[in-house]
Amino acid sequence: MNRSTVRRRLLDSVIYLVLTVLAVIMVTPFAWMVATSFKTPADQYTRSLIPDPITLQNYQQLGQKIPFARQMWNSFRIAVLVTIGQVLTCAMGAFAFAVVRFKGRNLLFILLLITFMIPSHVTLIPNFYIFKLLHLIGTSVPLWLPAFWGGAFGTFLLRQYFLTIPCDLAESARMDGASLFRIFWSIYLPLARPALAALAVFTFMGSWNDLLHPLIYLPTDLQRTTIQVGLSLFQSQYSGKWTIMMAGTVASVMPMILIFFVAQKQFIEGIALTGVKR
Amino acid sequence: MQETGGLKPLGAERFWLFLLLLPTLVGLLFGAFGSVLATLVISLTRWDLVTPPVWNGIQNYVAAFRSPAFLKALQNTVIFSGLYVPGTIIASLGVALLLNRKLRGISLFRTAFFLPSVTSAVAVSLIFSWLYAKDNGLLNVLLASVGLEPVNWLGTKTVMFAVVIANIWGAVGEGMIVFLAGLQTVPRDYYEAAAVDGAGSWTRFVHITLPLISPSIFFQVLIATINAFQAFEYIYMLTRMGNGESRIPVVVFSIYRNGFFWWNMGGASAQAVILAAIIVILMGVYLWAERRWVVYE
Repeated sequence: MNRSTVRRRLLDSVIYLVLTVLAVIMVTPFAWMVATSFKTPADQYTRSLIPDPITLQNYQQLGQKIPFARQMWNSFRIAVLVTIGQVLTCAMGAFAFAVVRFKGRNLLFILLLITFMIPSHVTLIPNFYIFKLLHLIGTSVPLWLPAFWGGAFGTFLLRQYFLTIPCDLAESARMDGASLFRIFWSIYLPLARPALAALAVFTFMGSWNDLLHPLIYLPTDLQRTTIQVGLSLFQSQYSGKWTIMMAGTVASVMPMILIFFVAQKQFIEGIALTGVKR
Repeated sequence: MQETGGLKPLGAERFWLFLLLLPTLVGLLFGAFGSVLATLVISLTRWDLVTPPVWNGIQNYVAAFRSPAFLKALQNTVIFSGLYVPGTIIASLGVALLLNRKLRGISLFRTAFFLPSVTSAVAVSLIFSWLYAKDNGLLNVLLASVGLEPVNWLGTKTVMFAVVIANIWGAVGEGMIVFLAGLQTVPRDYYEAAAVDGAGSWTRFVHITLPLISPSIFFQVLIATINAFQAFEYIYMLTRMGNGESRIPVVVFSIYRNGFFWWNMGGASAQAVILAAIIVILMGVYLWAERRWVVYE
C-alpha cells in the first residue's frame, strides 16, 4: 500500500466514526421511545433499551383510555382528501404553466411564486371567518377544502418535472387530434408519476403532522379530532406517564415511517427537485 | 423562465386551459391575495368575530409595539431564528459533506438522519420533553451517571437552547438532502485538477465546493429563515405551561393566542402583518445578497 491509500483508509475510518456517533444521536430518542412503550409503568425510568418484562399493556390501554383508532382514522381521512386535492389541482396548474402557451403566463407564475412568501398565519383569520360564515367550523371541511385550490409548492415542483418531458410528445399527439385535456391526462400524468408520488408523499405527511389547523377548526371532542391534537391533549392529561405516552407516540409516527420506508426514493428526489433546479 | 414555447390552445381548447388553471386562479384570488388584503383591512379594526368590526385606524399596530408581551415574542422569534438558521445550515451541510462519498452502508446513515423529518412536531416534542425532563429524563440520568448535578433543561436559563436543538434535530434531514443533491452537481474533475495544482482539502472546499453549491445554500437559508420566523409547533409543545401560556412565546404563538383565545382579531391580524413584513424585508435583503454572492453556472 502506498501512502495515499493509507491516508484514504484512515480518513474513511474517521468519517465512519463521526457518522456513527451522529447517527446514534439521531436514532437514540426513537429507540428509547419504542423501548419505553413496551415497558411496564414501574420500569419507565430504567435506562435499558431492552424492556424487561416486555408488555403490551400500554398499547391496550391506549385503545381504552382515548379513542385512538378513531383519531387515527380522522387524520387519515383528512390527509387522503388533502393529498388528492393537491396532486390533482397542482398537476393541472403545472401542466398549463409548463406546456400551454398563453398570455400572462409568466406574470401568473410569478404571482404564484410570491405566495410562497406569505406566511400561512396571515391568511388564517380571513379563512377562519369565511368558514365561520359557511357554518363549517367544527367540521373537517376547512382542513381539506383549501387543498383543492392548488398551491405554490406543488405547482412549482410538478412544473419543474413537466418541463423535462420533451415538447415533441405533446405536439405529435396534437397532430393526431388529441385535446389539451387528453394530452394532460394520458401523456403527462403517467409520465410524471415519480414527481406526483413525491408531492403525494409530502402532502400526506404535512397534513398528517399538522397541529395548528386542527387545533383551530376541529371541536375539542376527542372522537372528532385528529391524532396530533389527541396526542398533544394526551400530554397534559397523562403527564409523567411516559410508557403510555410513548406508546401513543409510536402509534402516531408508525404510518409516516412506513410510508417513508416504502417511498424513500420519492422523498429524496422530491426534495432535490425543489431545492436545486430552478 | 421560458418566454415562448409550448402549445397554443385552439378554439374550444381555451375552455380546457381555463379549467386547468381554475383551481390555481381561485387559490390566488381567495386563498392568497384576497386573504392578505382581508388581513390588512381586519388589522385596522377592532373585531371579535361576533359583533360588527369597529374602525380602529393604526391603533392595533401602536398597541402591538407598546405591548411588552408582543415585543417579548418578537425578541424571542429573532433570537430563535438567529440560533436556528445558522445551526441548521451548518449541521445539515456538515452531514451532507460527510455523506457525499462512496462508502458502504451510506443509505443506512441517510435514513437515520432523515427519520426525524417524517416525524410530527408533536411526537418529536414529546420525545424531547422526556429527554429534557428534570426528574429522570435521559439527559439528567446520563449526567447523574458521571456524577453531575441534574439540570432543569427547560428552565429559564437553557430553555431557548433546548428548543433550538430539538428544532435543528428535526430539520437536519431535509437540509442534508438538498445539500447532497447540490454536491452531486459538482464535477469530479474540478477537484482532481485542483489536487494536481497542490490545493489542500480546505482550499478545495472554500474555492470549489462552496461557490458551486452556493445556490443550494442560498435556497436553504431562505427556507430556514421562513421556517424560523413561522416556528410554532415545537416551541409551543415544549414550553407550554398549565395556564396556556408559553415559556418562550414567539410571534406565531402571540397571533394564535390573540386571535383564537382572546378573539382579538384586529390585534392578531396586525401582528400577522408585522410578521409578514419582516419576512418580506428579509427576503428582499437575501435576494439582494444573492446577486452578489451566489454563483450560477
